[in-house]
Amino acid sequence: MTDYLIRGANVLGQGIADIAIKDSTIVDPDLLNPDDGDVEVVTANGRIALPGLVDMHTHLREPGKEDAETILSGSRAAASGGFTCVHAMANTAPVADTAGVVEQVHRLGRTAGYTEVVPIGAVTIGLEGKNLAEIGAMARSAARVRIFSDDGICVSDPLLMRRALEYVKTFDGVIAQHAQEPRLTEGAQMNEGVVSAELGLPGWPAVAEESIIARDVLLAEHVGSRLHICHVSTKGSVDIIRWAKSRGVEITAEVTPHHLMLTDELVRSFDPVYKVNPPLRTEADVTALREALADGTIDVIGTDHAPHTAEHKCSEWTAAAMGMVGMETALPIVVEAMRDFDFDYGDLARVMSATPARITGASGHGSLEIGASANIVLIDPDSNHTIVAEDHATKGRNNPFAGLEVSTSITDTFFYGHRVLSGGTLSTPHPAGASWTDQ
Amino acid sequence: MKHLLDTLSLSREEAISILDIAEEMTQVSEREVKKLPVLRGRTVVNLFFEDSTRTRLSFEAAAKRLSADVLNFSAKGSSVSKGESLQDTIETISAMGADALVVRHPGSGTPHRLAHSGWIDVPVVNAGDGTHEHPTQALLDAFTLRRALGGFSASGAVKDGPRGRGLDGAKVAIVGDVLHSRVARSNVHLLARLGAEVHLVAPPTLLPWGVETWPVTLHYDLDEALHSEDYAAVMMLRVQHERMHESFFPNEREYARLWGLSAARLAGLPEETFIMHPGPMNRGFEISAAAADSPRALILDQVENGVSVRMAVLYRLLTGQEETND
Amino acid sequence: MTQRTVLDAPDMKRAMTRIAHEIIESNKGSDDLVLLGIPRRGVPLATRLAEQIASISAQPEMARELVGSLDITMYRDDLRSGAYRAPEPTTIPAAGIDAKTVVLVDDVLFSGRTIRAALDALSDLGRPAQVRLAVLVDRGHRDLPIRADHVGKNLPTSSSERVNVSLAEIDGEDGVTISGGRE
Repeated sequence: MTDYLIRGANVLGQGIADIAIKDSTIVDPDLLNPDDGDVEVVTANGRIALPGLVDMHTHLREPGKEDAETILSGSRAAASGGFTCVHAMANTAPVADTAGVVEQVHRLGRTAGYTEVVPIGAVTIGLEGKNLAEIGAMARSAARVRIFSDDGICVSDPLLMRRALEYVKTFDGVIAQHAQEPRLTEGAQMNEGVVSAELGLPGWPAVAEESIIARDVLLAEHVGSRLHICHVSTKGSVDIIRWAKSRGVEITAEVTPHHLMLTDELVRSFDPVYKVNPPLRTEADVTALREALADGTIDVIGTDHAPHTAEHKCSEWTAAAMGMVGMETALPIVVEAMRDFDFDYGDLARVMSATPARITGASGHGSLEIGASANIVLIDPDSNHTIVAEDHATKGRNNPFAGLEVSTSITDTFFYGHRVLSGGTLSTPHPAGASWTDQ
Repeated sequence: MKHLLDTLSLSREEAISILDIAEEMTQVSEREVKKLPVLRGRTVVNLFFEDSTRTRLSFEAAAKRLSADVLNFSAKGSSVSKGESLQDTIETISAMGADALVVRHPGSGTPHRLAHSGWIDVPVVNAGDGTHEHPTQALLDAFTLRRALGGFSASGAVKDGPRGRGLDGAKVAIVGDVLHSRVARSNVHLLARLGAEVHLVAPPTLLPWGVETWPVTLHYDLDEALHSEDYAAVMMLRVQHERMHESFFPNEREYARLWGLSAARLAGLPEETFIMHPGPMNRGFEISAAAADSPRALILDQVENGVSVRMAVLYRLLTGQEETND
Repeated sequence: MTQRTVLDAPDMKRAMTRIAHEIIESNKGSDDLVLLGIPRRGVPLATRLAEQIASISAQPEMARELVGSLDITMYRDDLRSGAYRAPEPTTIPAAGIDAKTVVLVDDVLFSGRTIRAALDALSDLGRPAQVRLAVLVDRGHRDLPIRADHVGKNLPTSSSERVNVSLAEIDGEDGVTISGGRE
């Protein structure tokens, strides 16, 4: 494997330094001889170096919906977006509710070799919300599943939720809840508000999210378990999470780039590219979410990358599928969304890498310290460009940011020491094949 | 004007111009040849994803009186459930040479989506989409009311009709299931744009969240609402029986008692208040037979005027070179 | 831009009076006569002719029964390609046009396309015995085989010139001018 000497990187935006990579590990730069034939020098020229990004929330669609995305295409999208570790949600076909399915996802991720694919296990069999899935078997499988979620569907039964929260303590697991009270959101098409009243689209009220979060916070406190809230989208949810944290509840919360950037006003176009679950909310919600990310109430960015085939979006609004792609635009969008806040590159590394790695136990990620695994991303903060959905590695073209001007681009991704993205172009997968983590 | 998708984006001038053209169109029924050559050689496609014989016939008659060829495409149910995407359906119709699309769809926003999708480049008329809008219904309601308030025959050909006027100062009460009513949404915007003062009367369960931002006065209590103003017209909305099972109100009896236009409530109205209903009516539920059949009811005039108003809309959209932006 | 007056108010009055006499003469009186003005400026001209004919026939109250307007907007051959036009009212005298002598009245006869449209519109309204055409100005350059029966003034023009008719009822004063054209 080639060793790398990254010269003149602005590490975490806190100062210029060199970073050396030897045998998939970050080492002291003095240990590498740039004249050595096996050492490739990368001139960073002041580009920002961050630890490789970790996505707690992505949909890779394989197995079952390979026309929308495969683990390979999703892995390449992850590498393009600077992610060295992504967590694949369980709502595949078949559902990732057994050791067999999670091991298959895990194996396909390793074979792809562009990013570390960590499967998320379903909480309930078939995401049906009735019986617990084989959480223990998934935790002890080769995939070592630690995050369990029925994402896409809420674990709405309070008793089942309590049991799941308690049961995963055995494996130091976390339940990631998709907070959506099902009865309050029957037939829902968009945020319930002034815009939905005018457009005559059935509303998805904020209270349907907030009531579940409130309940689950109380349950987590009662049973002393860890709880993660997926894609927080409302101001009220932020208030409840802030209150829960002040009480010492072990809760972490996630927000998507699109909920930090877009509002339900966009639904006036009736373009299904803006149809997503939870729905785009109001300006007041967007502001509250940005503040919460800045002050630490919200811990992490999760992309909720959800590719769909054209036929699921080339339709009327009401028939269209919910979801947006987001891995390749996450970092630039978060940078734009947080521009007016006291939010530096260290904060960006915290919410997009270190904290998600800590929550999920992704030990190879989240650090640029010497001795850490060489999962690194280089970004150019002054490369104004327009987002073009067709330029992306994901198969999904349902990109709500297409046409938007952003300042930041991801230029290089080092994945366990291998440069999978080079100067903005995808290169080869990790040469160690499926055994890259066996170090 | 490239499309007619809603009344929200219709200016007062555009709305009055359509009503005025409709006045000319009423004359056609009195003539030797009850047809105009305006759309000769052009094809209007009625694309109905939801059953509505009345609306489809009204559009069909309008297009035919303007000499257009009419193709009726009935595709009940969602396009996805048939395994064909909306895009495929539209591109097929486009290939058949449609010059205009009249679209009825159970999903809010579908006509808007078609108009802006790039799949077809012809004028789109919204013939009712989900619980969003039904702009031609609101236009024909305004046409009928403008006639009636001007002291003219509410339907049929009238010489020197009320051209150029709005509905300034008229108080209109819209009563019933506003939440699920595309007619209510279209009427609220259009009536307000034409200068009318709109009152909405409904149980809170049947008003959309956020209705306070609309240019209306809200009432929960029908009797209180009817006593508070002398209305130019009271417009009753159709209430679907299913709503009862969804707990929007306890049962039909209670709804009829609290929000129905009963004979007693009719008797309490001023002589000059007109009664309107977009049809089809649930007699004895939201409207009593006494009200529906009263001489003050404009309900049949509304139906009759539908053809002239839809002729006016097709004329407005299909003649004249359009500026590039819509 | 140069502009020259070709008819002033008294010229116009004389021309209209002459046309009124011609119409009575060719119709052998004012019976079964209908004057239909083509909007916009044909309508006041038709009204003036009707008033003159009624007064010549010593039945001033008859003027209103003689005159109507015939909008041709919906019969134009450029309805699709031209600028959008709102239709104007068509009003037919109570006695109708069947078996009548209908005189179409317009301000300027140019390509003949307006009159072609008017003839189509007329045939959808009924079946007149005869149709005649009266115009204030015939400026030539016909695209269609149409001619006027009564002409206020024949005006040789180049096709790039503009003929502007002003009428007191619409424009505040009477007069016909020519403007533009290449020298």
